[in-house]
Amino acid sequence: MDAFLHQVLAGLATGGIYASLALALVMIYQATHLVNFAQGEMAMFATYLAWSLLNAGVPYWPAFLLTIGIAFVGGILIERVVVRPVESSPVLAIVVVFIALLVILNSVAGWIYTYTLKSFPSPFPQQAAFKYMSPHEIGAIGITLVVLAALYVFFRFTPLGLAMRAAAQNPESARLVGIRVGWMLALGWGLAAAIGAVAGMMVAPIVYLDPNMMGGVLLYAFAAALVGGIDSPGGAVLGGFLVGVLENVLGAFVIGNELKLSVALVLIVGVLLVRPSGFFGRVHVTRV
Amino acid sequence: MKRNIFLIFLLLAVACALPFLVSNYRTFQLTLVLVYAIALLGLNILTGYSGQISLGHGAFYALGAYCAAILMDKAGVPYWATLPAAGAVCFVAGFLFGLPALRLEGLYLALATFALGVAMPQLLKYHHLEKWTGGVQGIVIPKPEAPLGLPVNADQWLYFFTLFVTLVMFVLGWNLLRGRVGRALTAIRDHAIAAEAMGVHNALYKSTAFGVSALYTGVAGALGAIAVQFVAPDSFNIFLSIVFLVGIVVGGLASISGALYGALFIQFVPNIADEISKAAPWAVFGIFMIGFVYLMPTGVAGAVRLLLARRRTP
Amino acid sequence: MKLRFLIGLLAASLAHPVLAQKKYDPGASDTEIRIGNTNPYSGPASAYGTIGKSIAAYFKMVNDQGGINGRKINFISYDDGYSPPRTVEMARKLVEQDQVLFMFQTLGTPSNTAIHKYMNMKKVPQMMVATGATKWNDPKGNPWTMGWQPNYQGEAQIYAQHIIKSKPDAKIAVLYQNDDYGKDYLKGLHDGLGAKKSMIVKEVSYEVSDPTVDSQIVQLAASGADVFVNITTPKFAAQAIRKAYDIGWKPVQYLNNVSIGVGSVLTPAGLEKSVGLLTVAYLKEPNDKQFENDAAMTQWREFMKKYYPDGSLIDNLNVYGYSVGQTIAQVLKQCGDNLTRENVMRQAANIKRYRVDTLLPGVLVDTGADDFAPIESVQLQRFNGKEWIRFGEVMGGR
Repeated sequence: MDAFLHQVLAGLATGGIYASLALALVMIYQATHLVNFAQGEMAMFATYLAWSLLNAGVPYWPAFLLTIGIAFVGGILIERVVVRPVESSPVLAIVVVFIALLVILNSVAGWIYTYTLKSFPSPFPQQAAFKYMSPHEIGAIGITLVVLAALYVFFRFTPLGLAMRAAAQNPESARLVGIRVGWMLALGWGLAAAIGAVAGMMVAPIVYLDPNMMGGVLLYAFAAALVGGIDSPGGAVLGGFLVGVLENVLGAFVIGNELKLSVALVLIVGVLLVRPSGFFGRVHVTRV
Repeated sequence: MKRNIFLIFLLLAVACALPFLVSNYRTFQLTLVLVYAIALLGLNILTGYSGQISLGHGAFYALGAYCAAILMDKAGVPYWATLPAAGAVCFVAGFLFGLPALRLEGLYLALATFALGVAMPQLLKYHHLEKWTGGVQGIVIPKPEAPLGLPVNADQWLYFFTLFVTLVMFVLGWNLLRGRVGRALTAIRDHAIAAEAMGVHNALYKSTAFGVSALYTGVAGALGAIAVQFVAPDSFNIFLSIVFLVGIVVGGLASISGALYGALFIQFVPNIADEISKAAPWAVFGIFMIGFVYLMPTGVAGAVRLLLARRRTP
Repeated sequence: MKLRFLIGLLAASLAHPVLAQKKYDPGASDTEIRIGNTNPYSGPASAYGTIGKSIAAYFKMVNDQGGINGRKINFISYDDGYSPPRTVEMARKLVEQDQVLFMFQTLGTPSNTAIHKYMNMKKVPQMMVATGATKWNDPKGNPWTMGWQPNYQGEAQIYAQHIIKSKPDAKIAVLYQNDDYGKDYLKGLHDGLGAKKSMIVKEVSYEVSDPTVDSQIVQLAASGADVFVNITTPKFAAQAIRKAYDIGWKPVQYLNNVSIGVGSVLTPAGLEKSVGLLTVAYLKEPNDKQFENDAAMTQWREFMKKYYPDGSLIDNLNVYGYSVGQTIAQVLKQCGDNLTRENVMRQAANIKRYRVDTLLPGVLVDTGADDFAPIESVQLQRFNGKEWIRFGEVMGGR
């Protein structure tokens, strides 16, 4: 029983990692109706920038905030420079652009920072009274929940959030009401990049900082976002925890570590077959 | 129409002459281009024509490759007989996968295929299947020799064999896609509900599209395994599936010639990128990808079509 | 009289070339030696691409110092992305188009397996492959292939022997990477334990695509094992070491040689969490305090600063590249002017107790006609929180 509990808690800890990146994926989807495959690499790159700042002597919290700011601006720039020109292309062409971004960011990070492992500091105390989860893992989950709450409030209760949702759902009507759709998209990218930066800085102390840090996480975050409902931030976070616990429990007690990823994904697809929009996603009813 | 046929014959003549004009190493590369062209045509049938996105076609490529490898290694089957076997196995696998996938749309289908692509290397490494798959060590395949003492070396023979298979697959595909089936698939892609209302049996066509698409990619996988003479689980990771997707987009969706352009892209551009930059070769590859998509959003085939159309109208 | 003298002079001048006979195969000439290589500069294993870069830098230094026997080394290295089909393609390009004299330090077990048959069929040396798999030491079956580093199975067998000797009632837990490298180590461990294989109470694997191995460590701790054999690559090794400490599991831990970097693995894991780690080694560690003023390592640091400034000074892979470069330089020196592929293999199989100064004291490079494993000697060492302290004797090898 103790072992089971331990695995569940460890699963919540890794689930927190997936949840934080899944939030960024949902953010970009809510703003643009596209899944940005480069989200993980953008988060990784932002974390490297944070590392450079810390190395230059900037204390933790200022570096944290500065990185979020840089990531925000970076996200907007990427939208304006890289994504805007292909906006009207077929969806798959845009997907290829995202894949190209992923590959470029990964390669450049490896070139500038080399592939040697780097440790990234945690703002939370080191010693734990609770042996199942480290203080950082608990703290990271906490930060993810704070970001989730902030997102919820932003989209639900602020005019800007409403404008962004409108721009993504129906750009033409939104324009007619006076919403500057172009800037809404850019803002969406900026916010997603900022959330990704937070995710990266929370993840790095656990998995260590190297250019391939987010590769595996993106896989799980994608599955988590979809199983929770791609247009529901709360669903994405829940999905992240679910995937983390499921994977751990499957690996330890059911199928062994060799096939746990495959089985987890198969189960997720199974869920989607029963509830095609995920647990909390909005079911789209289209008029014929 | 006549000019098209003339061009195709010209292309064929050039293709037949090439192995005698270039080194064995280049012939090997060209064989791989043909292999990728078949695989990309398979993916195009599914994603381009039928509108069902697949992020896991590398799994069918792997399945075909391992079929060929296991048959040749464990059962001594001659190399050419492995192709129909690989095709049949992959057709069934694709069809069976396509059935439940009917309920999924767009992103969710993408995830399901993504799961398939990720799961395949794990399955191939699974230690209970090791007896057949060779596990992480993989399987080494002997190289086929030219039969009947023909005056070509092994590389050239394999090229011609692959060229023949490519021609057959492309002609069959062209026939399939320009007829009823192709129209039905395009109708489903553009507006599934209207298509169903018009009498197109969505479920049957979509699952069959999956099956046929998997068949093509599986045959390509088998040919690829014979050409490279080696299969190992980690050569068929999720990145292969992603590269295939890049290939059909750059080559041109819903286009048969697009498969060939895409194959040329995914075979040669990484080499070019490697020569440009040793420090960050994939960054250069990514820049090429973005460049192609910017300049030709409908792929090379789309751009060629536009060019020809512009020339025809004065 | 004069005529006889002239005839004698003519005869002498004709005979002279026979004494200084130069023999070349494709890739060698009076002015250069072309060496081919594939490395993963992109893709999942790109961390190992630094080996190729450090070797290229080493050859640049050799060329600056005059080359080998007056010839410059032309090191041609291509990216294979750790994908065997691409390795096959690049190897064919190097052998058939670039006409290299031999292939050197191709990296990765599946990559080398893919070209193994081809190289031996073409009779081109597949020299000092960058993998520790055991199958490269096969002079009778594959006379054109040779390894360099101590093989994985041998290393794991040493751990097995040590466990049996020092803790005969141990309960062993194993974490291994689910690929050829991890499984090779595992086989060695099983073989080394032999009849005592039942000492292993839990064996779990992980994939390179897994974000963390925390769940696996929790599983291993729950098994009640008191010995932990840690077969992981650097990132996962650091995670494993830290997690084991954090959950209060303190087994006797054996760490595989691939991940013993003080700066690249143990410092991120936490130096105080790495106390007591056991491993075997053959290379000098770049961040190890005891080699801070070592002449060879100081020279290595200068080499890195001058020829490979982008490279990391805490990455032991860069010491690896430098050391294997020195080994092949010695082989080529021994070849003299006879630069045929056959002679390259002959000289490679004729390295007699050669000392590379960045190898640990007592570890020598040694090969013979039936011994295609250049480095077999290793020494056990234990981490005391600051540095690796060697103990026992240098094992293996002659």
